[in-house]
Amino acid sequence: MVELRALQWSLLAAMLALWHWVTRNPDVAFFFGEPLVVFRRIWTWFTRGDGSLQIGPGRAGWFTLHLPAEIYPHLIVTLSETVIAFVIGAALGTAAGLWLALAPRTGVVLHPYVKAANSMPRVILAPIFATWFGLGIWSKVALAITLVFFVVFFNVYQGVKEVDPGILASSRVMGASRRQLLHTVYLPSALSWLFSSLHNAVGLAFVGAVVGEYLGSARGIGYLILQAEGTFDVNGVFAGIIVLTVFALLLDGMVSFIERRYMIWRPALGETRRL
Amino acid sequence: MSGTATPVGAATPGRADAAALALIDVACRFAAAGKPAYTAVAGISLAVQPGEFVSVVGPTGCGKSTLLNLAAGLLRPSAGSVQVFGSPLHGINARAGYLLQSDTLMPWRTALQNTVVGLEYRGLPKQQIAAQGREWLARVGLAGFGDRYPHQLSGGMRKRVALAQTLALEPDIILMDEPFSALDVQTRQLMENELLALWQARRKAVLFITHDLDEAIALSDRVIVLSAGPASHAVGEFDIDLARPRDVADIRASARFVDLHARIWSCLRDEVLKSYAQQRAAAHG
Ligand SMILES: Nc1ncnc2c1ncn2[C@@H]1O[C@H](COP(=O)(O)OP(=O)(O)O)[C@@H](O)[C@H]1O
Ligand SMILES: [Mg+2]
Repeated sequence: MVELRALQWSLLAAMLALWHWVTRNPDVAFFFGEPLVVFRRIWTWFTRGDGSLQIGPGRAGWFTLHLPAEIYPHLIVTLSETVIAFVIGAALGTAAGLWLALAPRTGVVLHPYVKAANSMPRVILAPIFATWFGLGIWSKVALAITLVFFVVFFNVYQGVKEVDPGILASSRVMGASRRQLLHTVYLPSALSWLFSSLHNAVGLAFVGAVVGEYLGSARGIGYLILQAEGTFDVNGVFAGIIVLTVFALLLDGMVSFIERRYMIWRPALGETRRL
Repeated sequence: MSGTATPVGAATPGRADAAALALIDVACRFAAAGKPAYTAVAGISLAVQPGEFVSVVGPTGCGKSTLLNLAAGLLRPSAGSVQVFGSPLHGINARAGYLLQSDTLMPWRTALQNTVVGLEYRGLPKQQIAAQGREWLARVGLAGFGDRYPHQLSGGMRKRVALAQTLALEPDIILMDEPFSALDVQTRQLMENELLALWQARRKAVLFITHDLDEAIALSDRVIVLSAGPASHAVGEFDIDLARPRDVADIRASARFVDLHARIWSCLRDEVLKSYAQQRAAAHG
């Protein structure tokens, strides 16, 4: 295990070295940026300047946060959008998944609509959400919710549908009421499927937020990347991408942490087991 | 029965002389879309008296599990009726405990939590639930394993937990569907002896399904042989007059056992061969 870890890190180092080596040629660097410049940029973002972020609705808001470096307001905006969309999307997806799976008639009626909605390319909704919710965080939250909702929905739906018929039969003979079945069989089974969808969901929440920013905003990491592209600042673009990647990994780690706490009964973590 | 669970839904006291479980001329058909309905069992009548241990043997796929599902109230008979202590069964059989063939422990619950799930359904006080759960785990030889999750237990231990789960509700009728078929021979004999000891202490009505004739004879008071499907029916019924208490390993050597085995097997063999021929025909046709 330790050796594999070492191998992982050396692979990263090798890729960075390769990047550094090929981009010593300025013609290549124009397209691919230079790692040293990129990391210096990230360093500057996190240490220089100052940022302020107004919290609350309207022009005045409730109060204004003063932050120690210029990236923080952007980071806070993007992460808030992600987390809000993740929580709302996962909650709605879970509720809808349980409902459609447990009310078979409703499920049959609504299922094609859910599938149609899911196959729609969500990005084209971004301008519509902008006109509905404005250019603030809520249009991004809405876009991200449309991505998160379906992943969670389909997993919870599947989780309920795939409940072991033997467990159901034996619970029913032991005298479980519908309510007790929901609490002791359907919910726990759906929960394990829910957790395996959350890794995808948190990534998609992040994608939704950033794409939303990219398509029109005044704040956020997506906005930073758009700015950099506008000035052919390829180093800025790569710096933005790296910051995004690191935070996506952090969010994923948080999901894993929660999963480890609540899924202790699962034989091997990270591997979805059919229940 | 102070300190123990009282079966819910046992409102109908039933007649004192009635069989614990009676299937009267039952049939069960499965409708399949686009195909003619498949008749799994037809014209089966059997009764299990209180305190009696009855086994049903028959070739694979003949309808043994279907029969138990009818007795448990999970399936309704297409014809005929099911009676429990003299009253017709509607819905789930509240006086029965059902140990299914498959692994039915909830993977998200520990052994103890699995043992007491039925007691929780009955809404018993928490302390009583915990106490009874530990008692039953100890009875099936798993004291100290209460905190393990199913994936941390061996197949035999999981079956023991499932057995404790079923027996903790003190059902008057115990339905068992090939409970030990997935276990290795040694574990299986141990479990069979333990089952007999538990049954001997309480004497409930047991309807036991197996495809293993040795097991059926060693455990039962009576063995019923089912014909090959479709429309499987009883083709033989044998009283097992071996003395109790029994040891399932020792008893196999007794002359009476060998004699009974030979008689029942001559009845069962024809059905097994028929079923085998059907499967081959289906595979080639
Ligand atoms: N729910 C069902 N739908 C359709 N056919 C079924 C169903 N359950 C059982 N059968 C059929 O009924 C027959 C008997 O099944 P089963 O009772 O499980 O047999 P056994 O337990 O003796 O092996 C089999 O041919 C099986 O295919
Ligand atoms: Mg079966």
